[in-house]
Amino acid sequence: MVKSKEMLEIRWHGRGGMGAKTAALLLGEAMIHQGKYIQAFPEYGPERRGAPVTSYNRISDNPIKIHYGIKEPDVVMVLDPTLLQTERVREGLNEDTILIVNSKMQPEEIKKKFNINAKVYTVDATGISEEILGRNLPNTPMLGALVRVTGLIDFDTFLKAVEERLKVKYKENIVKGNLKAIKKAYEEVKGL
Amino acid sequence: MKKKGWKELPEGAIIPAAPTSPEFKTGDWRIQKPVWNEDKCVHCLLCWLYCPDSAIKVKDGKVVAFDYEYCKGCGICEQVCPPKIRAIEMVKEEI
Amino acid sequence: MAVKNRKRMALTGNEAYAYAMKQINPDVVAAYPITPATEIVQIFAKYVADGLVNTEFVPVESEHSAMSACVGASATGARVMTGTASQGLALMHEILYIASSLRLPIVMAVVNRALSGPINIHCDHSDTMGSRDAGWIQVYTENANEAYHSVIMGIRIAETVNLPLMVTLDGFIISHEMEVVEVLEDQEVQEFIGERKPLYNILDVDNPITVGPLDLQDYYFEHKRQQVEAMKYAKEVIKSVVEEYNKKFGTDFPAFIEPYRMEDAEYAVLAMSSAAGTMKEAVDLMREKGEKVGLVRLRVFRPFPFEELREVFKNIKAIGVMDRADSLNTMGGPVFNETRSALYDLETRPKMMGFVFGLGGRDFPIEDAIHIIERVKALKEGKKVDMVEYIGVRE
Repeated sequence: MVKSKEMLEIRWHGRGGMGAKTAALLLGEAMIHQGKYIQAFPEYGPERRGAPVTSYNRISDNPIKIHYGIKEPDVVMVLDPTLLQTERVREGLNEDTILIVNSKMQPEEIKKKFNINAKVYTVDATGISEEILGRNLPNTPMLGALVRVTGLIDFDTFLKAVEERLKVKYKENIVKGNLKAIKKAYEEVKGL
Repeated sequence: MKKKGWKELPEGAIIPAAPTSPEFKTGDWRIQKPVWNEDKCVHCLLCWLYCPDSAIKVKDGKVVAFDYEYCKGCGICEQVCPPKIRAIEMVKEEI
Repeated sequence: MAVKNRKRMALTGNEAYAYAMKQINPDVVAAYPITPATEIVQIFAKYVADGLVNTEFVPVESEHSAMSACVGASATGARVMTGTASQGLALMHEILYIASSLRLPIVMAVVNRALSGPINIHCDHSDTMGSRDAGWIQVYTENANEAYHSVIMGIRIAETVNLPLMVTLDGFIISHEMEVVEVLEDQEVQEFIGERKPLYNILDVDNPITVGPLDLQDYYFEHKRQQVEAMKYAKEVIKSVVEEYNKKFGTDFPAFIEPYRMEDAEYAVLAMSSAAGTMKEAVDLMREKGEKVGLVRLRVFRPFPFEELREVFKNIKAIGVMDRADSLNTMGGPVFNETRSALYDLETRPKMMGFVFGLGGRDFPIEDAIHIIERVKALKEGKKVDMVEYIGVRE
């Protein structure tokens, strides 16, 4: 496997309708405020509600030339813990990979239960989104956990970027709810 | 499953079998799962009729099981189950 | 290729196309949606609905009708644009020839996608390669940023030479990938493209003309000969428009070909579109190992820049040419065939081989790019290789 240097690669796993693609786009857009070059793209397949879907981010200080799917990501984001049983989530993991799982469980429990050798973090993104947004939209809280664990962008810059993006499409209360969910996940992520 | 190469695949892009939909297991799409209460069920078979995945197994005119290899968790069975019966309840999938 | 101190936007390829169209603010857009180009039309229709453009938007019932409406509109002197992909382009096929023969500078944003069948919606170049002899200028772009700027430049080029022009980007790989796009101000775009000065206007009642007459044995050939001349002229215009654009906006887009690490290269790869980006990374990695390998990215396929290719390859010993489409002629893809023909008259003729890759959206990872370089190296060293090799296909 040939690995590009000086580039952070993230792979998102979710189910159609959970916002894995939107999460990658939101992160990509936020990172350009940090002066980075980015890619955000979904797996090139049919999108069906409930079916497992994958999306990707590449983040770099320099223009990104390459264009292909990510097989050995630095960070894996799991929006639905039931996907941990599938092969695709485990593809290319090693002990340095950061794996952030939407789950109430402790990171150690996840590692043991699924026999995963990676740096595991957990956050109850579903619980947070259900409490604040009233439904299971784990993508934005997962972004909060990602920013906390990786420190790849200043948190306030990130929140501002997400707010700008969401307010184009959504009403104020939805935007505020998402920001609140992101902050809560940022605070509550386990495994640090 | 090992995918075949161009030398082995049938020409004309045909799939030399039918039906092939049983090979396509859609159970992993599910985020909610129908739980069937046999005691409440009156075997009206509306769920069987409406299930888009033929995931409700019927024998001798009676529901016998839900096939989770194919059930996508769409919840149509819960919706069509008569309100006075309510023999099907959707519950969240857990790890 | 970064534009210095420009506004940076995070856009997908489709969004970049639509944004360029918004800034161009064409008089007429007639279009029909098709995956993976649907968003272009969808986003542009929203601009129309929101009153952000003055465009007359014509939703039609098929791509054949879309191109027909574009032809009619363009013949009135209007600035006309559209977008499509794959089967949509195939359905336009017969009208593409009408547009070019009537010398109508329609600019079309194309998202490259395989032609069925077997049924497939993913990236390859079989759609636009199928239109390669339709008399349209064809510009293949590497990423969303280049696609955006190429559409703006495309307006000037097309309207100067009076030929239709298509800009292409890779379906899904670029059309659905968000990247950094460094955009111009609306005013800058408008100033650069100026006003269309049409060759004729069918609605000019004071100077009545006939458009699209029967053109049989006695005239057809002469008009085709004029189209060849227009394509030759397009080469001059492409060069000057790209130069002017770079100068004005601080960009550094290549006109026809982009040589990458070709200095002192002994062997090289020729590639187009997004795969060229991955190939650049592969060339970097091989250069670190001391390999004297370079890349040439082919940006304009019509008119075919044979002189530029002769110049850049004149001292190269072995060349591998990549095609994301196969001519099914048993000797590789169109880029390979035409490049080999272009280099035939070189004094020291290079050894050449073709690579067909990525059909139907098959991923093109860097391992495959390195493999291609290794095969061209083997060709250079006189080892046995096939004239055409298939990359990433299961044997």
